[in-house]
Amino acid sequence: MPSYTLTVNGRRQTVDVPEDMPLLWVLRDVLDLKGTKFGCGASFCGACTVHVGNTATRSCITPISKVSQPVTTIEGLSADGNHPLQVAWRDIDVPQCGYCQAGQLMTAAALLKTTPKPTDAQIATAMTGNVCRCGTYTRIREAIHAAADGRKA
Amino acid sequence: MTTMKKRSEMDRRTFLQVTTVAGGGLMIALYTPELLAQRGGGPGNAVLPLASNYITINPDNTFTIVAQNPETGQGIKTALPQLIADELDVDWKQVTIKQADYDATKYISQTEGGSRAIPTHYTRMRQAGAGGRALMIAAAAQQWNVPASELTTGSGMVKHASSNRSATYASLAARAATLTPPAPADLKLKDPKDFKIIGKGLSGVENMAITTGKPIFSIDVALPGMLSAVFEKCPVFNGTAVSANLDEIKKLPGIRHAFIVPAPAPGGRGGAPSGPASGVAIVADRWWQAQNARKSLKVVWDEGPVASQSSAGYAAQAQQLSAAKASQKPAGGPGQGADVGDVDAAFASAAKVVEASYTIPLLSHAPLEPQNSTAHFKDGKLEIWSPSQIPSPAQAGAAAGVQAGDVLMHLVRAGGGFGRRLNSDYDIEVAKIARMVSDERVAAGMPTVPVKLLWTREDDIHHDQYRPGGFHYFKAGIDGAGRMVAFRDYVASTASVIPANEFPRGFVPNFRVSSDAVTPFSVPTGAMRAPSTNGVSFVMQSFIDEVAVAAGKDPLQYRLDLLANPVAGGPAGGGGGFNASRAAGVLAAVREMSNWDKRASLPKGTAQGCAFQFAHSGYVAYVAEVSIGADKKLKINKAWAAVDVGRQIVNPSSATNLVQGGFIEAMSHLMAWEITIEKGRVMQNNFGQYQPARMMQAPPLIEVKFLQTDYEPTGLGEPALPPALPAITNAVYAATGVRIRNLPLAKEGYSWNT
Repeated sequence: MPSYTLTVNGRRQTVDVPEDMPLLWVLRDVLDLKGTKFGCGASFCGACTVHVGNTATRSCITPISKVSQPVTTIEGLSADGNHPLQVAWRDIDVPQCGYCQAGQLMTAAALLKTTPKPTDAQIATAMTGNVCRCGTYTRIREAIHAAADGRKA
Repeated sequence: MTTMKKRSEMDRRTFLQVTTVAGGGLMIALYTPELLAQRGGGPGNAVLPLASNYITINPDNTFTIVAQNPETGQGIKTALPQLIADELDVDWKQVTIKQADYDATKYISQTEGGSRAIPTHYTRMRQAGAGGRALMIAAAAQQWNVPASELTTGSGMVKHASSNRSATYASLAARAATLTPPAPADLKLKDPKDFKIIGKGLSGVENMAITTGKPIFSIDVALPGMLSAVFEKCPVFNGTAVSANLDEIKKLPGIRHAFIVPAPAPGGRGGAPSGPASGVAIVADRWWQAQNARKSLKVVWDEGPVASQSSAGYAAQAQQLSAAKASQKPAGGPGQGADVGDVDAAFASAAKVVEASYTIPLLSHAPLEPQNSTAHFKDGKLEIWSPSQIPSPAQAGAAAGVQAGDVLMHLVRAGGGFGRRLNSDYDIEVAKIARMVSDERVAAGMPTVPVKLLWTREDDIHHDQYRPGGFHYFKAGIDGAGRMVAFRDYVASTASVIPANEFPRGFVPNFRVSSDAVTPFSVPTGAMRAPSTNGVSFVMQSFIDEVAVAAGKDPLQYRLDLLANPVAGGPAGGGGGFNASRAAGVLAAVREMSNWDKRASLPKGTAQGCAFQFAHSGYVAYVAEVSIGADKKLKINKAWAAVDVGRQIVNPSSATNLVQGGFIEAMSHLMAWEITIEKGRVMQNNFGQYQPARMMQAPPLIEVKFLQTDYEPTGLGEPALPPALPAITNAVYAATGVRIRNLPLAKEGYSWNT
């Protein structure tokens, strides 16, 4: 079985897995990072979103062999769980079931890296690939604005 | 009087139980009178239930509070402990929450369904907390030798103002353990004006875990030695696996077991399930290996008779039935029909008659976490980690061949319920698979291991218990003044909801609902969020809108006028209990919130629509404002919701979230969601063909107002969804003059304007 070395949340790790194994399942079942979620397996829902480099990436359709940049998952978004988005998510009480929220947070974090103060339209464009089955979109939007404003202040 | 005294003594001994815990703390447990009654119990009864340990007072004066119900996103793991903590009179920051295992000897109604948690537990949880507080006061009174009436509490302390003494609950625990607990009748619950935690919009108790990716969901369960399974079922409902290339599958990387699960014994499935549907289980070291092996799996299926059924066939038969039988009187029993007054005579003498047919499709629940469950069969006992809304050790046990008493069931947070997890097919499947895996391993001299079963999204959409569709054929008559004098709905039923007790029943003198079954119809159906009204609200509230327009009336005022004039022949509204003044209350409130009376000033192509619904004891009215052009591109500009679920909202933050989410879910139902059947199987596979509403379409604002009327608090998981659909489609009519009578809208050429 081939061997792959990748950096996940700042740690270099080597995994022996088939080349077509999706990053999602390497993270969840080999590296035991269960924060990244399986929702559709086909990039429709965004529950599996992680950062590869600085790019929000659907880990469910990304084979391990194609991962060449460092990976950041929800567990590595911040050291202490206090990324401005994480704080805003809790302050505004965004989650219902919570299953999609790791993916939502990772997509939002990638957005803020390139667009520190997004408009509603920019948020809509960036976030529309992330399904929230419970329908927390209005709060997600509010939380992204809150995090963006807090950072600027 | 003697009886009463006896009863009260029994309550005193059995209501609360206190036990010291290691390190000097105290556990306060509640015996529920319901459980005692259920078992014909009393103190002398050998099968006395265990007390439910709702409260633990820890030595450091923090408090562990048990959340007894399954959490799938409705917020109950926060709300029920809020009730206990407030009455116990501790600070929320002193509280940690512990999820209860399933235990029918300790807890009442450990289920999620029907928006029943708040009505069932609102007072009971408060009593548990108040019992704890009363004990602490009694202990302090004894310790200081002062009257209990001079003592106050707060932040987990008892205080005696006149002597300036205070003591933590923890310091009183040892003494409290020696006291006789108070009886329920002696408990004084807080005046709502003194609530500090109830009624507060606290952030969900698992939000830290959720936002940092902690493994709290059912899919995250990981156990030493655990294997992972997939389960391939026949794409045709009720089909069975005849044979499969199992030897080939077993040679693939990581595969440990592969076997056919036979169909359950006749009479099993559909009644009390004795086992899962037939299929092929593949069990591997890792889930992805099992899933990958499915690509090589070749199964010979016996598809059975359902393979001849299709959505087109159901629709054609519905059309035939309506042509032949729509005018007939109902033949079914109570609940299956209604025939009040003389509908036929009223139609004949009506000034105007309105007719329209409506259809709603089958829907899949599609919670974002695909179905899964984990189980370990060992030494004749089953341990299972269940995400079910109605956990059932009996069902899982039956599948594994053991009694419920030999099942230990843990409750694990689920990524969405929506009624999908009312059915525990994943628990039943994993129990059977875990049993078969353990049997194979024991036979081979190997140790047993836990097995996690995880479905794919495709499995989830193909093997649901679908929200039934419906074919409704309406007719209404109005008199010269525009009053509705007759109303008829004929339902060509595909396990459909028959709205025999729905509004406007009770407000129209002549009212008939009848139905006939489309047969054969073998698609498994089940409850979905707001069962019965989630689709019926669309058809009824749309057709009432049509009648209002035909009468030349303001559609919102028309509803109020109906509500103001009850007639004989009720009940209205899902088996009675319908309160017209509460329904009128939410309509009046939403009228004001939305500036409904000024809607004529909206620009061309922009309009408002309204609807209301009584569902699961709650009353909700919406106004939706939409913009739409000739290109049928629809945008929802804003929505207003007025909600009446009684006098107390336990957590206004999660309550508002649930209402807003209900509206967004309605947008999914409205635009794109439809399950269609061809050759006995579901044609949709994944979210690409079953698109949920997305951020791009979410309106900028969904304004929510809770009326807080003087009625008992009731639940909110469900009532907020149903009337959102007709509010939107009635707005589309107001903007365009085109009436929406068939869902989903995408099939009629509409799309979201993004």
